[in-house]
Amino acid sequence: MSYIPHTPAETRTMLAEIGVRSIDELFEAAPQSHRFPALDLPPPMSEMEVAAEMLAISEANDHGQDFAIFRGAGAYHHFIPSVVNHILLRGEFYTAYTPYQPEISQGTLQATYEYQSMMCALTGMDAANASHYDGATSLAEAVTVALEASRHRRRKVILSHAIHPQYREVVRTYHQGRDIRIIGDRGRGEIVDLLEMLDDNTAMLALQYPNFFGQINDLATVAEAVHEAGALLVIVANPMALSLFKSPGELGADIVVGEAQPMGVPLGFGGPYLGYFAIRQKYVRRIAGRIIGETRDADGKRAFVMTLRPREQDIKRERATSNICTNQGLMALAASVYMALMGKNGLRQVGELNYHKAHYAAERINRLDGYSVDMSKPFFNEFVVACPRPVEEINQALLEEGIIGGYDLGPHYFHLQDHMLLCATETNGKDEIDRLVEVMGGLG
Amino acid sequence: MMDGQVPEQALQPLIYDISAPGRSGVNLPECDVPRAPLPADLIRDDLPLPEVGEVQVVRHFVKLSQLNYSIDQGLYPLGSCTMKYNPKLNEDAARLPGFAQLHPLTDEAGSQGALFLMHELQGWLGEISGFEAVSLTPAAGAQGEFAGILMIRQYHIDRGEGQRDIILVPNSAHGTNPATVTMAGMEVRELPADAQGNVDMRALHAACEGDLRDRIAGMMITVPSTLGLFESTILEVIETVHDAGGLMYMDGANMNALMGVVKPGELGFDVMHYNLHKTFSTPHGGGGPGSGAVGVNEKLKPYLPGPIVEIIDEGQATGPTLDMPVGATYQVAHERTDGSPQPKPGDGPEPPLYGFVMPEKSIGRMKAFHGNFGMHLRAYAYIRVYGDSGIRDVTRYAVLNANYLRARLMRSYRVPYPRYCGHEFVLEGHIEGVDEVHALDISKRLMDYGFHPPTNYFPLIVPEALLIEPTETEVKEDLDAFVEAMERIAQEARTEPETLLNAPHTAPVRRLDEVRAAKELVLCCAPALPSYS
Repeated sequence: MSYIPHTPAETRTMLAEIGVRSIDELFEAAPQSHRFPALDLPPPMSEMEVAAEMLAISEANDHGQDFAIFRGAGAYHHFIPSVVNHILLRGEFYTAYTPYQPEISQGTLQATYEYQSMMCALTGMDAANASHYDGATSLAEAVTVALEASRHRRRKVILSHAIHPQYREVVRTYHQGRDIRIIGDRGRGEIVDLLEMLDDNTAMLALQYPNFFGQINDLATVAEAVHEAGALLVIVANPMALSLFKSPGELGADIVVGEAQPMGVPLGFGGPYLGYFAIRQKYVRRIAGRIIGETRDADGKRAFVMTLRPREQDIKRERATSNICTNQGLMALAASVYMALMGKNGLRQVGELNYHKAHYAAERINRLDGYSVDMSKPFFNEFVVACPRPVEEINQALLEEGIIGGYDLGPHYFHLQDHMLLCATETNGKDEIDRLVEVMGGLG
Repeated sequence: MMDGQVPEQALQPLIYDISAPGRSGVNLPECDVPRAPLPADLIRDDLPLPEVGEVQVVRHFVKLSQLNYSIDQGLYPLGSCTMKYNPKLNEDAARLPGFAQLHPLTDEAGSQGALFLMHELQGWLGEISGFEAVSLTPAAGAQGEFAGILMIRQYHIDRGEGQRDIILVPNSAHGTNPATVTMAGMEVRELPADAQGNVDMRALHAACEGDLRDRIAGMMITVPSTLGLFESTILEVIETVHDAGGLMYMDGANMNALMGVVKPGELGFDVMHYNLHKTFSTPHGGGGPGSGAVGVNEKLKPYLPGPIVEIIDEGQATGPTLDMPVGATYQVAHERTDGSPQPKPGDGPEPPLYGFVMPEKSIGRMKAFHGNFGMHLRAYAYIRVYGDSGIRDVTRYAVLNANYLRARLMRSYRVPYPRYCGHEFVLEGHIEGVDEVHALDISKRLMDYGFHPPTNYFPLIVPEALLIEPTETEVKEDLDAFVEAMERIAQEARTEPETLLNAPHTAPVRRLDEVRAAKELVLCCAPALPSYS
């Protein structure tokens, strides 16, 4: 009865008030034939025992405190200042519900409004929502917005093959019940090839920036071509890269989505993460999910409130364009605190550290016998390495030296057998990088 | 606030308002590698983030936190949301480096702890609800629903019955139910409730036995219903839909009323979702993250969203069983004397190998990676604390608390449906003879008495609905204080209705101008907007 406070005397008083003799009498409406089944679960445990078990289970994993991590591919190991966790542990934040009662939720509401503002600052867009589940579902929701924007007259969605493979899978999961075509990502098409697919049936074209292989493509002329065809340009961007590189807004994107995990959210075996969603003012009323807006209270005091509520499922029901209710509220708070701490200069500094570490690693690996790195395009903190042996073998050797190596691209890309995607961040010291290079060199 | 000035009256300045050029809240290491040239033509010139010191950031967010109401401060009787206590133990567990610093694409061998935990949780959730298999990947209840409906859709298509495109939904349902059906490209038919709050059986039979029979794909229903009532006809409902060839989806939002009482899978449901952030105590976080596993029977098992965790190799031993100290097994398996993460043969029986598997006919991935693992581990710790003998008590005391509040509040408010309730109940927020006072006014006044209001205006089929769910973690004294506040508010409505109409009086702000918010649509503060726009 760990978290149940009732004393036997209280329970008796309460039963008397209700007018029954036992709690079980309250369940008489549940079908008798199936009532009170046996539960085959483990026996209860004390807090002390559970804490010990959780520690033991956690230590059966290869984690960032024991290993140097050079793996990214959509989840990034970054430094998180202590302040972030201390704010997240405020019970006032993490044990509150959705701010449906704004008078007693101004903390969550203002913090979320600030999150929206800072995501606008990073992406160069006019508005951002209070977040989606993760980067992949943000992209899936962007597809819905693009289809809606064409009033479902356009039924073609073009995705680059250089978008995270799992994101593209999620887009297909979300839209399997719709009569639309998702194309562009089956081959190895470059951006110019994707632009040739544009026609008056195309609702949107989506690119990743930096792309899944870590490269920064020059997108200066892309938006114009997409808009000429009457389609929307959706950019999936790593917000950490936006500390350094031109914002998708400046490049003409209509919708910018992505995974904001790098901004203060730990790796956590893949979730909960933070799907951000930013958009041009023109389309803001088509956005799904929660949005916080500024207003005044009855005394004229500035305050914040969930707005554009009539779009949402609890009001619009079967006419809503998405069933989403939760946002990743606490993760959005983490990102707010992280961005506030980093600020204009700190974030730029982190971005530069990532850039320099990755370039140092790439240049050294490129000089190793048997390895080569594609340095033809600018990249941020990830790059592709062609390896002289199966990636699995190299990673096994690295693991034995306390290093979690790159992500094996072979299973996702037929033309990239024996290629790994390596990532270096500000958390990787020069000594770690040198060790990585040394072990890889030994396998040349 | 487009002019960038702090309004004279603001609770707390915006983070941008306390920014000063050159200030910083972090101290980062020097670059220890040679600097590479930056590609100048691709680099941005402006990054309009604020510049604030660490102390100011801490104070800013602490002050914001103090403007919130939360479970840690008091009773939060928000119906259908299950605002139970969030154990601190779970927060500590989630922050262990072995979980927090575990990359989601770590090789199988290096993530056996996490995989084991997910496998156990899948099994326990299946056991609690009587389902054959569980996928933990959905990120929230709404995503679990979406997965469930997509599975039903694909099941019919694979049987050559793709014309089945209608999902029946009671009119008391959560809004997510009909919205989900639309997202899946299917059609909603709404069913009315009868005078007892049950699904109207005549309407159900008409739908399932009429012209539309061959188009019935299934039905979504919440048990107990969103009115907090067990449908006494639930077995007949299930049978009727099955007879028409449809499948039954259970919205598990109200699972806190069912644990150890009935198993939905045994009642005949084909699929349901769980809300780990409701029933299994993972924190609501001010709006998320949620976590919405789905459970299915044998029919839908191949369609589960993936990946799910399975035992890939049984190993030599029976593996960590429930009564074996799991830690001991894992420490042996992962003992590292030379930095090697590999199990050392001979140091004990080799444990089973867990791995991710994509079900055979999976509807696909719901999100990147494997679901909200941070919520999985909290739910694991929660179930571990209660165990076999305690989980049923969660439901028993949740239902006791709800019925106690109901019995006491019936004296001052109208409570429709004269039956014992489940873990929540609805009352009408209308005081006889005082027509100008509405459920909303009662809710706002409750804030002055130090309580979070119940859910307002849901379910839609009860006028002036106040849906009240105390949960099992509330102590009798607090329930009594809530009742007293509600009684005093009922009195005030008669003697001084203005006090209610202008409430709250003690909250950080008074009622807000929501029309203005939607009309002016200020969603981002001015200094954050890019200079070129």
